[in-house]
Amino acid sequence: MTEYVLILISAVLVNNFVLVQFLGLCPFMGVSNKIETAMGMSLATTFVLTLSSVLAYLTWAYILVPFELEYLRTISFILVIAVAVQFTEMFVKKASPLLYRVLGVFLPLITSNCAVLGVALLNVRQEDATFMSSLTYGFGAALGFSLVLVLFAAMRERIAVADVPEAFRGPSIGLITAGLMSLAFMGFSGLIKL
Amino acid sequence: MSLITSTSPHASVKNNTGAFMRQVIYATLPGLAVLTWQFGWGTVINVLWAVVVALICEGLFLKARGRNVAFYLKDYSAVLTAVLLGLALPPTAPWWLTLVGVGFAIIVAKQLYGGLGMNPFNPAMVGYVLLLISFPVAMTQWIAPGEAPGFVQSLQLFAGQLPVDGLSGATPLDTFRTWAGNETELASHGILHGDLAGQGWEWVNLAFLLGGLYLISRKIITWHIPAGFLAGLAAPALIAWLIDPVRFADPLFHLLSGGAMLGAFFIATDPVSAATSRMGRLVYALLIGVLIWVIRSFGGYPDAVAFSVLLLNLSAPFIDYYTQPRTYGHSKPNRGTAGGGKS
Repeated sequence: MTEYVLILISAVLVNNFVLVQFLGLCPFMGVSNKIETAMGMSLATTFVLTLSSVLAYLTWAYILVPFELEYLRTISFILVIAVAVQFTEMFVKKASPLLYRVLGVFLPLITSNCAVLGVALLNVRQEDATFMSSLTYGFGAALGFSLVLVLFAAMRERIAVADVPEAFRGPSIGLITAGLMSLAFMGFSGLIKL
Repeated sequence: MSLITSTSPHASVKNNTGAFMRQVIYATLPGLAVLTWQFGWGTVINVLWAVVVALICEGLFLKARGRNVAFYLKDYSAVLTAVLLGLALPPTAPWWLTLVGVGFAIIVAKQLYGGLGMNPFNPAMVGYVLLLISFPVAMTQWIAPGEAPGFVQSLQLFAGQLPVDGLSGATPLDTFRTWAGNETELASHGILHGDLAGQGWEWVNLAFLLGGLYLISRKIITWHIPAGFLAGLAAPALIAWLIDPVRFADPLFHLLSGGAMLGAFFIATDPVSAATSRMGRLVYALLIGVLIWVIRSFGGYPDAVAFSVLLLNLSAPFIDYYTQPRTYGHSKPNRGTAGGGKS
């Protein structure tokens, strides 16, 4: 149990995917202009990231490793993620049209989120990855992504009305802010030694 | 000549930004005096040099933007940022350390966001964290308490002409972190056992507490942030200390070590980068305190005031969404994204 809590804290804070490992920066910059859209994106990403992390682990442990096809992991994980996203989209559309409308365009967008592939690849790199640890890692990565995305969106709404010099408006002050957030997240380093 | 129009209330202005900022600067003087008494002239030199750098950076940037330089310099906000950063830097800091930190704080953390009132992060703490990450060795060399160097030595340190090694020693927080869990070692380090808490630092923190109480008495800051900050730091420290007094430091040690009081009364209370409502400020400050305790006890850095303040600075807009107070005439507060997101 403690092990899973540590994995979770590590993925959310210490090795945050966006601010420490710099993965998933495209949606981080792209959908953080309004807090509502950021929340929609967070929900969708949390679901897909957890699911695809588990599916990628299963593909790895039961198909790639037994047949000694480890070198195919990148391409097969991309396939698994694309399938998972498409499946999720179809399922959500049928099961809950309301949720489908809330998530909207963000569901298919997640396919191109590099954090999703990053989680899958980083996860199988660990020797002792298990089903539960992959699940926790994927969920933790998604929580960390959601946390900083929503916090960043709230900040950007404020920066949007600030008197920023002309040359620094928009994405450039956004990236500077992301850099300063990253500085702040350095404070968590060393919190957990995994 | 233009016609001046203004909306009510038509109160005669007694205080302006500059006056408030000056009061805060005066309130740091007891802390500065005790730092000088304990650790030598280094801090005074730091503060003066930092003020010079800050005024030059701010002036140049404002000039480049075509703003009224004198008007903005007179609000003393750049001076206050410089004073706070100068107080936080080690007294052994060479001139270039302060230059880099203050320059980054004023230009990137403040002016790029549009200057006073717009900066989402506390500029002084951004400068401090940048230096701590980039120059960890220079930033963690403190003078051993009671061995304050003379004025000439301090100047030599400032010029980078004197090796620091012979003068520096570990701070109480550093010492405790190194030996946490080892009872005999903890007892043998005298630096941990001053009259109240860690040697030297107890008086520094009490002096900042005095300055902070002055600010509260002058109504420059409210009690919410300092109280929340100190409670958030002391409560987990007390619980952990009762469970395992060898592994965890006692609450008084936490409250009177490092930048605790400077952070609680002077840094976290920055009205621009803090949360807005009273409730929001309590949540904001409590979380800063808890984070400081967590990072001090488990993290990789001996002190965590700067990191914790920045982490809550970046959460403050989000905290504001969920702590909007009820407005007069509405039965329910408009909290969260349902209504709070649009304004």
